[in-house]
Amino acid sequence: MAWPAVPSPASPGRPRLSRLLVLALGATFVLALREAEVDPRLLLQPEARANVARFVAGALPPRLDADFIAFLARPVAETIQISVMGMVLALAIGLPLGMLATSSLTWRGILHEQAGGPVRRLLALLPWGLARGTLSVFRSIPEYVWAFMFVRAVGLGPFPGVLALGVAYGGMLGKVYSEILEGVDPQPLEALHAGGAGRSGVVLYGLLPQALPHLVSYTLYRWECAIRASAIMGFVGAGGLGQQIELSMRMFQFDEVLTLLAVLLLLVATVELVSGYIRARVVG
Amino acid sequence: MARVATGAAPQPRWWPPLVTAGAVALVLWSWAGTGIDVRALLAGEALRHVAAYVARLFPPDLSPAALSDAARGAWETFAISLVGSALAVALAVPLGLGATRTLYRGPLAEARRPGPARMALGVALVGLVRVILAVCRTVPEIAWALVFVFVVGLGPFPGVLALGIHTGGVLGKLFAEVLEDVDPRPLEALQAAGAGRAGIVLYGILPQALPQLVSYALYRWEVNIRAAAVLGFVGAGGLGQRIHVAISLFHEQQLLTLILAVYVMVTLVDGLSAWLRARLA
Repeated sequence: MAWPAVPSPASPGRPRLSRLLVLALGATFVLALREAEVDPRLLLQPEARANVARFVAGALPPRLDADFIAFLARPVAETIQISVMGMVLALAIGLPLGMLATSSLTWRGILHEQAGGPVRRLLALLPWGLARGTLSVFRSIPEYVWAFMFVRAVGLGPFPGVLALGVAYGGMLGKVYSEILEGVDPQPLEALHAGGAGRSGVVLYGLLPQALPHLVSYTLYRWECAIRASAIMGFVGAGGLGQQIELSMRMFQFDEVLTLLAVLLLLVATVELVSGYIRARVVG
Repeated sequence: MARVATGAAPQPRWWPPLVTAGAVALVLWSWAGTGIDVRALLAGEALRHVAAYVARLFPPDLSPAALSDAARGAWETFAISLVGSALAVALAVPLGLGATRTLYRGPLAEARRPGPARMALGVALVGLVRVILAVCRTVPEIAWALVFVFVVGLGPFPGVLALGIHTGGVLGKLFAEVLEDVDPRPLEALQAAGAGRAGIVLYGILPQALPQLVSYALYRWEVNIRAAAVLGFVGAGGLGQRIHVAISLFHEQQLLTLILAVYVMVTLVDGLSAWLRARLA
């Protein structure tokens, strides 16, 4: 019996998840549950309750005296500064590598249709592949692992934080930049090309004007993440608020921890507001 | 004068120069503050240090003992990320529903003619849940991990709790946005047919929102596999703990093996998640 072809919104013509796959996922989850040693009773045992009570009693009231607040200015400033310099480095890494990793810029499409024979096009694949591989390694290793390694390589302080952010976020920016550049509407490029524009003309007047708002918007979004990351990287000794939080936690100064977390909350919220405002205007 | 309608809103003229000046000032201030010595950088001092360190990483330690240790760490990290993400979803669904404003005000709520007390209660509930979500997501995973290591002791479980709470906050906010954004017409139809709030949520809102919710959850899983690899730094198990030990004890060749394990696992999870999303979309 033939059913009338009703287009299903769920999966037009594609197979749904098979029962076997669901079973495999379920089994993996159960194994993972055991491996992760999940035991909610741990949260309720007397020792945990005592620890929570100690934490809450120590954290309240948060430390708000003038000395401590004045002292906080430096780690807060450092956190912002690391994020900004990290983004500068990330741009310096991500922009050139991202452009190299864009297939429409290096070997495919309108810009390359009559450019040389197959050998030349094959040669153009080499920098493209190298750039993509480099970006993938840069972004797949978490920024904190980078930070930890850079602390070992160049010593404690904000500098390893900047390097770590630059490398990890350079990898992310590069990948997303190349996706944005590949995703632009090709018609204006073809029109420019047909009108006799050279390669740089097509890039400057066709590609960039289309891509720029998205590039700027994504970069700002990443900056929001960078503030959070630069606060956290301090946990491995790369300066900023994180280093203070780690220190206060280890010294059981929970009233300082609470203040520091509140400051972090405020900082992140402010950056989200500013960046969201600019982004709304840029993409508008 | 007739104005040509353009897609973008007209930009005030003071805007670009002001932002540019602000950005330049911010960079100069940061440059001074971080004390990065460009001359030393260009002279290759820092680069030489980095290069010397990288040279010590090679070759990676591929002995059976190191490989099996890396594999165990990778599986533990994978487990933490998976269970942590599941906990996050379990927290985010009720909290996300609590933060969905359309359920407590607007046409859906007004049709039931609630008294002023109930309206105020709804507004207060939404506000409270939103504050909880903001606190959960603003405190970074690793700070949560520090707290939970203090509460329940070392091991993967505090890592699961930390990921679950932080990601629960992130997903709760995203879920609320998705739930507020659904097409209101089916909901009004359900309401006109006499459905209560639970019925509207179950048969009107969730079916529309589900693909987007699943997609967000999978995306956060990709983020969490990276985060889980780091939580070990503060004693929450997995690859991070092993990386911490290897770095601290200058076991650089084992370190490279572990970093390769992170790379392989992150790439695998990204691929798996993308594949699942494509199938479910």
